[in-house]
Amino acid sequence: MLSLDLKLRRGSFERHVRIEDSARVIALSGHSGAGKTSVLHAIAGLVKPMSGHIEVDGRRLFDSARGVDVAPHRRRVGYMFQDTRLFPHLDVRRNLQYGRHQSETGNAFGFDAVVALLGIEPLLDRRIANLSGGESQRIALGRALLSQPALLLLDEPLSMLDQARREELIPYLQRVRDETALPIVYVSHSADEVKRLTDAVHVLD
Amino acid sequence: MSLFTADELTAIALSLKVASVAALTSLPFGIALGWLLARKRFPGKSLLDALVHLPLVLPPVVVGYVLLVNFGNQGAIGKFLASFGIDFAFRWTGAALASAIMGFPLMVRAIRLSIEAADRRLEQAASTLGASPWRVFRTITLPLAWPGIVAGAVLAFAKALGEFGATITFVSNIPGETQTLSSAIYGLLQVPGGESGIWRLAMVAVGISLLALLLSEWLTRRQREDEVH
Repeated sequence: MLSLDLKLRRGSFERHVRIEDSARVIALSGHSGAGKTSVLHAIAGLVKPMSGHIEVDGRRLFDSARGVDVAPHRRRVGYMFQDTRLFPHLDVRRNLQYGRHQSETGNAFGFDAVVALLGIEPLLDRRIANLSGGESQRIALGRALLSQPALLLLDEPLSMLDQARREELIPYLQRVRDETALPIVYVSHSADEVKRLTDAVHVLD
Repeated sequence: MSLFTADELTAIALSLKVASVAALTSLPFGIALGWLLARKRFPGKSLLDALVHLPLVLPPVVVGYVLLVNFGNQGAIGKFLASFGIDFAFRWTGAALASAIMGFPLMVRAIRLSIEAADRRLEQAASTLGASPWRVFRTITLPLAWPGIVAGAVLAFAKALGEFGATITFVSNIPGETQTLSSAIYGLLQVPGGESGIWRLAMVAVGISLLALLLSEWLTRRQREDEVH
């Protein structure tokens, strides 16, 4: 359950975004520059909205009226960035092990299970610089899952890949969606991806 | 026969000790200030920046005099620290303090630039993975900026090695205690027949400084290359 009502500053003008949805996997769509990434950043706590609120499954992450603004490292979001943002000075294994959100329910995602789910066993001892685009995306997804998030944010996870690599990664995303029961916000401007991966669509304009 | 006289060797060893202690003890402060100037916005930032850079443009003799007045036997800070057994006046520790302050602007500058060059997007990613600001600093910012931080320390070391004006004003020129390479050369200039000693010490100074600069340049280049890959 995602409930947000935000005023975001973007350059010199303001943007108002409102989403109330009980679907578990929500797509955010819209042309580039529509502010999709800004919404994800606001949910993750990386940009501060001018006003409004953000609530995920009954947890208030931000509420300007009540002075709530949970620090990014306490929000328990797993954010898979469009540009992956893997740590270049750590190898694949240590990237995967970096995250550590405090989870009340114990670790929902075990290391071996996530490695198997994403098929990244052969990559564990590699350097980040030696990964292909598709491999980097899978490591970024694994790293986000292993941080034990309560919400997964996926920012155009397929946009940097060619069509063949996309078709390769989509089944992994579907497995994550079906086997984790995590709420997911999925940013994409591809109608095909949205249809194949998400339950509800919100278009920003 | 030895290449250097015993006094010359003492001065060289003392210089290396003073410069190493100056660079290493000022490093934590350099990192803190470099990070503050690179990452934070706060009132008085320009003033702080100017203060940090002041020793770069101030006559060294003024820095030495200010240290003498404040950290000397009669100075307020000097008296206070002396009650803890920390003594700067006419001691090698005073030489280290003076050269640390003179090298500080170069150190902070290099560290600030390397922290500015460390990718903020990676810091953001770390925070979404549950890392506290302190853990982000230790595990992401510091390792990414490390070559530049070491380069800053090496620069401060080289600068400390060559420091003369502030040191001699503050702690004088006592052989075996505060007579560094530079003040030993100055001392030799005051007596007839010191030319060969001056030459030997000057060559040592040129050699060590050149090595330090090359090392610092190499480290800075390495950080830039790391970011490309």
